[in-house]
Amino acid sequence: MLEGILIGLQTALSMQNLLVVIGGCLIGTFIGMLPGLGPMSIIAIMIPVAITMGDPSAALILLAGVYYGAIFGGSTSSILLNAPGVAGTVASSFDGYPMSRQGKAGKALTIAAIASFAGGTIGALLLMIFAPMLSSVALLFHSPEYFALMVVGLSAIAAFAGPGQVTKALMMTVLGLIMATVGEGALFNLPRFTGGIMDLQSGFGFITLAMAMFALPEAIFLVLKPKNLGADGGEIKDLRITRAEARAIAPVIGRQSVQGFFIGVLPGAGATIASFLGYAVERNIAPKHEQDEFGKGSIKGLAAPETANNAACTGSFVPLLTLGIPGSGTTAILLGALIALNVTPGPRLMIDEPQIFWAVIMSMFIGNLVLLVLNLPLIPYIAKLLAIPRNYLIPFILFFTLMGAYIGQNNATELLMLVGFGICGIALKFANYPLPPLLIGFILGGMMEDNFSRSMQLYGGVSFVLERPMTLGLLVIAAGLIIVPILRTRLAK
Amino acid sequence: MALDRWIALCLLGLCILYGYTAWFTMDASLAPFMRRNPIWPSTFPKVLSVLGISASFIILIGLEKGEEKIGEIDHRRLGDYFLGQALVLLGLMVVYALCLRPLGFLFSTSAFLIVGSFILGERKLHVMIPVAFIATGAVWYLVQEVLGIFLRPLPIFVGV
Repeated sequence: MLEGILIGLQTALSMQNLLVVIGGCLIGTFIGMLPGLGPMSIIAIMIPVAITMGDPSAALILLAGVYYGAIFGGSTSSILLNAPGVAGTVASSFDGYPMSRQGKAGKALTIAAIASFAGGTIGALLLMIFAPMLSSVALLFHSPEYFALMVVGLSAIAAFAGPGQVTKALMMTVLGLIMATVGEGALFNLPRFTGGIMDLQSGFGFITLAMAMFALPEAIFLVLKPKNLGADGGEIKDLRITRAEARAIAPVIGRQSVQGFFIGVLPGAGATIASFLGYAVERNIAPKHEQDEFGKGSIKGLAAPETANNAACTGSFVPLLTLGIPGSGTTAILLGALIALNVTPGPRLMIDEPQIFWAVIMSMFIGNLVLLVLNLPLIPYIAKLLAIPRNYLIPFILFFTLMGAYIGQNNATELLMLVGFGICGIALKFANYPLPPLLIGFILGGMMEDNFSRSMQLYGGVSFVLERPMTLGLLVIAAGLIIVPILRTRLAK
Repeated sequence: MALDRWIALCLLGLCILYGYTAWFTMDASLAPFMRRNPIWPSTFPKVLSVLGISASFIILIGLEKGEEKIGEIDHRRLGDYFLGQALVLLGLMVVYALCLRPLGFLFSTSAFLIVGSFILGERKLHVMIPVAFIATGAVWYLVQEVLGIFLRPLPIFVGV
């Protein structure tokens, strides 16, 4: 292994590859900030550039840099504008955006950068050590376990089920799940609840819904009740994290790096589940007084999903590199790029082409470091976006909200749907219905139904719950994560 | 009746309609071989409709005790806020959605940004117009020319 690490370091630290990783991180960060352009789209766009480079190591290093950069860029729009462009950064907006509204945008971005760096770096370390071993564990997960894992991911809604809000949080989750059933499901190939409208055949777009439920209501609320985001306390550019804050988030980062990585290893789970689960777990194990801060600008609530989604992204390379199985849409595109570069990922990659395998892992370390070094000095300037006068800022937020939905589907009907859902989101916000559970339900709903249906078909009914101990265990954990905090709140009264 | 209960009433109606479709209409067109499956396309929606109806009913009759919380904006006093601006901006978004294709990206977007800031009270035309044009041009160049995602730049009658 030491020899492999040295080969990888030598390749990744060459001047050309260093420039490539810096370029990749910068491109990923800036394009990733545009809602609607997630890592998958950006990597797909960069593939022709990577292929023309000719050298597989350099190409993969470029794509890895773009990948990490895009995830960080996505978090930026989530934190500053409450406009999560990809599902993996939705959970970052739960506490990141309230921090921005409190005038702590600089601090929020710094925590996001450090948590992403730590998650990615610890993930790469775990990848280096456990990759061959974990690939076989990932294969133990089948549809029933995936279904149970999605249910565990849904337990993140408990964070929004405050006093008098439990039924509303449940209602919003069910509404999200209902919306996920619209369109042609992957398993049945039958259009459902489309009312014969062609535009609904592929269901509602995630970006449209995310923008309509998060970014649009926030922007309209800023119009209704003007509030200068850059003026609160003058701390907007302040990056400093106090020693107490660092001590508070350190264990969160440690735990979520490991948890996020292991969830990322499972094909199909990915950064979204990891971030929701990370958020739910950290909220549940936090002391009572800190639990109440979740959703209102808790630094732990921001550090947890940021660490987990980066660690999960690294984890998703395990099945790709060791088995040739893409665990997510993004790694599927990376697999396509590898094949185009005449590299066949799988168990023999480490033996036949160690320089590529180790160069990718080493470039993850370097990519994360470069991302941190490049982004920390940029944070005050990125945070200053919020100091732009309201008369200019709000039309731009609305424009990027519209663009996010339009670029994703290239369909103007999507924009009308965005406004329609946005009005519903505003009404729900007026009535104090928590909106994050709706999006959590929508994101997890499709995957949950597919895995549930597949399990039912395989086992001829719901017997899989009892026949597969891992499924039962995960469902018990999910029930615990949902019920315990509610009971604890009741008992505390 | 409080707003959250009105919304619960709407959601109840929606869930009943959804449930009716799932329970009574979806299975009619199911192929015979699919009927032998332990799970049908309507199974998950049926469960969801029951959950949705129960949850909305609980909110509607106020079974869950909780103090009535007013959010950051009190919807009962909307007249105290900049409601007109918000409504006109929402209308502007609809107009933008309808004009984007026929009028092209460059014109629609510049107009959206200029009119948007004008609605919000900005009167410095010498700042507003260049900012809108530069931002529109930069986004179009990035999306279409760099990223290769087609955005019709000019109006349809120009033919580009």
